[in-house]
Amino acid sequence: MQMSIETQTREASPVSTDPVLTLDGITKTFPGVKALDQVSLELYPGQVTALVGENGAGKSTIVKTLTGIYQPDEGTIRVAGEDVHFATAQDASAAGITAIHQETVLFDELTVAENIFIGHAPKGRFGMIDWSEMRRRAREILDRIDADLDPDMPLRDLGIASKHLVAIARALSVDARVVIMDEPTAALSHKEIEELYELVERLKAEGRAILFISHKFDEIFRIADRFTVFRDGKHVGAGLISEITEADLVRLMVGRDVDQIFPKREHKLDGEVLQVVGYSHPTEFDSIGFTLRKGEILGFYGLVGAGRSEVMQSLFGITKPSKGVVKIDGDIKVIRSPADAVDNGIVYVPEDRGKQGAVIGLPIFQNITLPSLSQTSRAGFLRMSEEFALAREYTERLDLRAASLDQDVGNLSGGNQQKVVIAKWLATKPKVIILDEPTKGIDIGSKAAVHAFMAELAAQGLAVIMVSSEIPEVMGMSDRVIVMREGLIAAELEGDDLTPETLVRHAAGIGEEDQ
Amino acid sequence: MMAFLKSREAILGGAILVLLALIASRFPGFIAPANLARVFTDTSPLLLLALGQTVVILTRCIDLSVAANLALTGMVCAMLNAAMPGVPVIVILAIAVGLGAIMGAFNGILVWKLAIPPIVVTLGTMTIYRGIIFLISNGEWVNAHEMSAAFTGFPRASILGLPVLAWFAIVLAALFILMIARTPLGRSFYAVGGNPHAAVYTGIDVGRTQFWAFVISGALAGLTGYLWVARYAVAYVDIAGGFELEVVAACVIGGISIAGGAGTILGTILGALFLGIVKNALPVVDISPFWQMAISGAAIITAVAFNARSAKAKGRIILRRAQAQGAQA
Repeated sequence: MQMSIETQTREASPVSTDPVLTLDGITKTFPGVKALDQVSLELYPGQVTALVGENGAGKSTIVKTLTGIYQPDEGTIRVAGEDVHFATAQDASAAGITAIHQETVLFDELTVAENIFIGHAPKGRFGMIDWSEMRRRAREILDRIDADLDPDMPLRDLGIASKHLVAIARALSVDARVVIMDEPTAALSHKEIEELYELVERLKAEGRAILFISHKFDEIFRIADRFTVFRDGKHVGAGLISEITEADLVRLMVGRDVDQIFPKREHKLDGEVLQVVGYSHPTEFDSIGFTLRKGEILGFYGLVGAGRSEVMQSLFGITKPSKGVVKIDGDIKVIRSPADAVDNGIVYVPEDRGKQGAVIGLPIFQNITLPSLSQTSRAGFLRMSEEFALAREYTERLDLRAASLDQDVGNLSGGNQQKVVIAKWLATKPKVIILDEPTKGIDIGSKAAVHAFMAELAAQGLAVIMVSSEIPEVMGMSDRVIVMREGLIAAELEGDDLTPETLVRHAAGIGEEDQ
Repeated sequence: MMAFLKSREAILGGAILVLLALIASRFPGFIAPANLARVFTDTSPLLLLALGQTVVILTRCIDLSVAANLALTGMVCAMLNAAMPGVPVIVILAIAVGLGAIMGAFNGILVWKLAIPPIVVTLGTMTIYRGIIFLISNGEWVNAHEMSAAFTGFPRASILGLPVLAWFAIVLAALFILMIARTPLGRSFYAVGGNPHAAVYTGIDVGRTQFWAFVISGALAGLTGYLWVARYAVAYVDIAGGFELEVVAACVIGGISIAGGAGTILGTILGALFLGIVKNALPVVDISPFWQMAISGAAIITAVAFNARSAKAKGRIILRRAQAQGAQA
């Protein structure tokens, strides 16, 4: 089956048709960052175009531009040769463009049929929804994609794969000319992925243009006809899949001029502070083992969903591992709650600052002292002067710029909020600090400050674990890198083995024989 | 100083002064110290319950069972006094606080361990507690003549010219200001309501913190239950019916964000005083008490609209700074 699809793919792709959708010179700027810079993209009927790029390359921005959520600052969008302007998501949908997202955007409490037809339900007399017609047409579309789903079933009872099918059925119900699939296989099992591939073939056969966003090279080479590569918001290449090798595609994706300068670090590694052995979780990760030394920065690289954050959350006591041992300074420790972790000298700076980091509404100093209240109180009462002293000490070390420590954290920029969260943890005097995507979504200036600070922490003998999806950051900051893929450690890289290419290969699971 | 003048509390304080001035212009006697003391005493039960409710709302919960808790505790105290007139008031006080705290803990356990939305939990317990009053009293009243003089006299006893009831409100308000501002528990109420996810990462147990908020609210409701029944010298099933909404209103007018994590005890005190003054002044200036509800309602909406507006203005400041910093980078 696999072979036949592959040969079919290559043969069935007509090379010289007109694109159904053309993006030309699209630029989109956000405060402080150019997300898209003069990019172009062409999608052809009956063909799958893979959009390849690192995190932050501008893939999500282009999807949002195509679906009318963002309006480009410059450039043109042409559908079937005509210039169009998508002011709203409805405009894009009316033009026949539909997207199937990583996390499906559907309504859990509605039925399959309602989800398929929401917004354009068949109407009967008096403008009421014609339920029998809606069910009949839902059945028809579901049959067309061989989806064995009951139109009356509530969506919440379905698994992710079935939800994808509903999303695809929805795309067909509006007769979409262009179907955007944003990492559709990220959360699917092997069998479900096979079924999705077959469905993609069917959509191709119906003459629809497909934009397929994926980090997995095996699937790109299996189902795509064309590729387009973005890097740092720029278009860096496009062509036919049959005319490029995996190695070249990787090079196109990561090859860059190093435009960020990382702090020079003197490598003074001391004894082991953290040892993790056979750490496992029933569904998220398995057999994770690594060691961490004082003064070391250990990078954790992998695709989104590889299980990196899950391992860290477990080390921090938020989720329970099913087995495995954590040793701190050689002693076995059992960490049942975040409070245990903090007591044992492990702190975790989560990825989503807004949601998991700062407490908006509390002033800076109170955010910083939140995990250290026992330190700053006497006889059960907090001592304001000690709270201020502690907060001042760490904000100065982090070069946090704020009018006053009394200021609400909500008034600070993203970079400074990040510093508050880091200061909060440093004030607990930890041994191991876990930084999850420490520079995600902050401007370049603040990034450099966070990097410099990370280097300083390591120099002071703290052991740092840095979870990052940005290759330059992983390359520039880490002494050693652990690459995770699908819940397992795929590789541990250091020295000459640590290159952008090896990182991507191990993270994406590209076979050894290709090297 | 400027920051304080612009704060919700200062504006609400100003509104109260304007209100008093308006009333005084028609009825100067209202602002005589003795009358103001009477108004304060009358507002004390509302203030006591609002203190507990504030803590609950700060943690993103709500306690609708406070008035039923008050009525049940009040009935138990009254029946105890009627059956055993010899039990000293201090024991009755302890029983009232303890019983109230147990009822609060029941709410708290359901919210913490079963993760039922607080509005549902307390709507249910509100009805349950009222039902229990009927069961234990058979729907009968406990009247003044069945209560001992010590029992009914305690809240009215005067210390330095103010009745004990008012002193309870003053002392507890002061304790709450201290507790909220200066203890780890007080801080964790804000953290849990302001950002529950962040609180978890900080090692704060969100459910346990909410549990304690309910216990505090329940204990205050229990205490107020005795004081209420003794002051009015009567206990029956429906006392303080609907009072929970007035309590929530006092908090909201005082600037406690219903979304949790924002507001001050001073705000709650002013919110309760505002409602208390409106309630006491209207009959004096010869406006129908029905207007009281309209005025309270208008005050709630004004307060919420005001809070929403000030939050919005803040948002714009964030953007400007972010942009300025983006430009620097």
